[in-house]
Amino acid sequence: MELICPAGTPSSLRTAVDAGADAVYCGFRNETNARNFPGLNFSPEELAEGVTYAHRRGAKVLVAINTFPRAGAIGLWHQAVDDAVKAGAAALILCDIGLMAYTAEHYPGTRLHVSVQAAAANVDAIRFYVERFNAKRVVLPRVLSVPEIAAITRGTACEVEVFVFGGLCVMAEGRCSLSSYATGLSPNMNGVCSPASHVAYEEQHGTITSRLGGFTINKFGSGEPAAYPTLCKGRFRTDLSTGYIFEDPVSLDAATLLPGLRDAGVTALKIEGRQRSRAYIENVVRSFREALSALDEGRPIPAGMLRPLSEGQSNTLGAYRKTWR
Amino acid sequence: MKLTLGPVLYNWEPSVWRDFYFRIADEAPVDIVCVGEVVCSKRLPFFQDLVPEVVERLAAAGKEVLLSSQALITLERERRQTASLAREADLLVEANDVTALAHLVGRPHAVGPYVNVYNESTLAWLAGNGARRVCLPPELPASSIAALAKACSDVQLEVWSFGRVPLAISARCYHARLHKLTKDNCQFVCGKDPDGLPTDTLDGQAFLSVNGVQTLSSTYANLIGSLPDLAAMGVAACRLSPQTCDMIAVAGAFRGVADGMLDPAEGQHALDLICAEASFSNGFFSGTAGAHHTAAAAV
Amino acid sequence: MTPSHTSTAAFPAFVSAALRPLPLGPLQLFLSAVLRRIVRHHPRIFDRLGAHAGKRYGLAPSDLPFAFVLHTAPHAPRIVVVRSLPERLDARIAGPLRALIGMADGSFDGDALFFSRTIAVEGNIEAVLALRNAVDDAGVDVLREGAAVLGPLGQFGEALMRHQRNRSTADRPGSTASGSGEASSWN
Repeated sequence: MELICPAGTPSSLRTAVDAGADAVYCGFRNETNARNFPGLNFSPEELAEGVTYAHRRGAKVLVAINTFPRAGAIGLWHQAVDDAVKAGAAALILCDIGLMAYTAEHYPGTRLHVSVQAAAANVDAIRFYVERFNAKRVVLPRVLSVPEIAAITRGTACEVEVFVFGGLCVMAEGRCSLSSYATGLSPNMNGVCSPASHVAYEEQHGTITSRLGGFTINKFGSGEPAAYPTLCKGRFRTDLSTGYIFEDPVSLDAATLLPGLRDAGVTALKIEGRQRSRAYIENVVRSFREALSALDEGRPIPAGMLRPLSEGQSNTLGAYRKTWR
Repeated sequence: MKLTLGPVLYNWEPSVWRDFYFRIADEAPVDIVCVGEVVCSKRLPFFQDLVPEVVERLAAAGKEVLLSSQALITLERERRQTASLAREADLLVEANDVTALAHLVGRPHAVGPYVNVYNESTLAWLAGNGARRVCLPPELPASSIAALAKACSDVQLEVWSFGRVPLAISARCYHARLHKLTKDNCQFVCGKDPDGLPTDTLDGQAFLSVNGVQTLSSTYANLIGSLPDLAAMGVAACRLSPQTCDMIAVAGAFRGVADGMLDPAEGQHALDLICAEASFSNGFFSGTAGAHHTAAAAV
Repeated sequence: MTPSHTSTAAFPAFVSAALRPLPLGPLQLFLSAVLRRIVRHHPRIFDRLGAHAGKRYGLAPSDLPFAFVLHTAPHAPRIVVVRSLPERLDARIAGPLRALIGMADGSFDGDALFFSRTIAVEGNIEAVLALRNAVDDAGVDVLREGAAVLGPLGQFGEALMRHQRNRSTADRPGSTASGSGEASSWN
């Protein structure tokens, strides 16, 4: 199984390659990708340098252009596709139907990967992208159990990539407007979720209150692990109970599921976290490279090593385990 | 300007569901009515047998009926249902996921608000694939709606104009989770909240509304004040999403404004009375936070 | 096995107490020189800061009796040592000095430090992220730059600081450090 690793900056790209990534994915420094965060991402020149660095060490670079182009401004997204191909991207990770059509028409030789943002959650949806746009790989949304993933790989010739570590979308990706409901900015349109520009932390007597767009998303007592003010991992109040209605602030860690994912026919394993630091990339990539070696050699896979890097300092198997639902 | 009544998104008692559509057929000044289960396939068996008589009654009343497909399809059973709906239906099918689109290639169909149509390139591709009507994603701002309407004249564009805004869909059922049940043994507890389960912030501010695997806004979207703008952009229809308030009266208010019988302020006043419990929003349309509401959406 | 980040090695209280009466003037001169070196070696930082170049950040080491104001003006960046942070700042970042330095040189992950409540941030969070990401990309080795300014004495101090950090790494169960040295640290 290939190990696909995030890079938010040129340094992170080099760190990921050096730590054992088979491929690194990254995006341009604008709203054409879903980690459009301040201080992150690549200029076309930086991307070309990154590709050269990766190629010298036998790794590939995939470029995520995984937001939905804005009506009246599609040129920016077309430019991103052109620049990525020119820089030598091994594949483009896309979610928008119109942009896939553009890419398939203008660059039929470039590999097209269906982004998780396209939320292709079953073989019919995957078939649609394969037949219409010659997609070579699909990144599965984080809504499926391992047996369901196995059924999908049996039902399609398309390569399947799944997330194994990092921030966990609780909602089907690419179909969530929670962020824009509170802030006006969304993953689909702006490449940001719960954007920092709309976040406020207030500390009083050791309790941190996090707000997003003026809505209180969470309160952390002193000493309690904190989390991003991501809407789906906030505490809310209903008549039935108060707390994490949608999901606790946890990260996905599917290291222990690697044998199952391999047997399910998964081609590639994806690590989330283009917004994270080099220290995160270094540790997570190295840890999964080690886990894959253990898998190949039939040794037990160490578990829970990366918990300190995780949101809320805890991990979950998410939808891979059916009871999560 | 046509009015479309979207599918009922909540788990209503089958008899309530049927009677609702019967009343719509008999009394509501809407042109198009969507019928089907968009949110959770487990609910469908309860009212499936009632669909033919509801469709018949609506058609007899002169309504155009669309059959809406499910928004998130992960189970084998759901995939088969979607395939048979898309392949066998006599009526226009509204695809709410690419899964349904895959079966509708080359045949006339509608595209629902859960398919990501954000730009003219995607819209043109879908039109070429057979889309005749497209209900745009609710988070689109007026600027995008205007650009889309301008770019594509051979597709009837529809805009989410009334009702709680669907914000997210998940594999996880939050109703079951809140009742400490598993999804497989959910006991259909979402039926306890026919207008969604109010979900507030820790400070007690109304925020979201849970509907099984779907999360909606606490506010009702309300673009009645912007109907003249929508018409001027070339938007063909407004979608009214069923809530437990008097939807016939809601449709009447929209009809009145769309036809120029009421001015937008009068229409707004009528809605204030009809949905006294609701707070309204039009922030998505205005290009700000979706939860915001401005009296006359400045575009 | 989860390491407790809340106990991130702080300077012992006596060190902090010993530093309290010191005049800030020499430290100010030293830090200004360090900043000049950093800017010279990492010109891309300001490019990455983008619209946030020019913001004023308060950096408050929770284990030291003084704090810093970093003004990220692209042509004339400044760092000022203060006894306490002024009110008017774009953002504040507070935490043990070692955590702040470790974020700059890429040993520590800022998010993890935040999750564990080791650091606290306030103010314009976007500006904080921009700084964090820009500095992380540059990989600013604060200790080395500082040592270079101080000369031979500095190299001794650098070695001492690194030794102390590595020792704190080894103390932590569940560390992902797998013998890869500095960069793996405790998260």
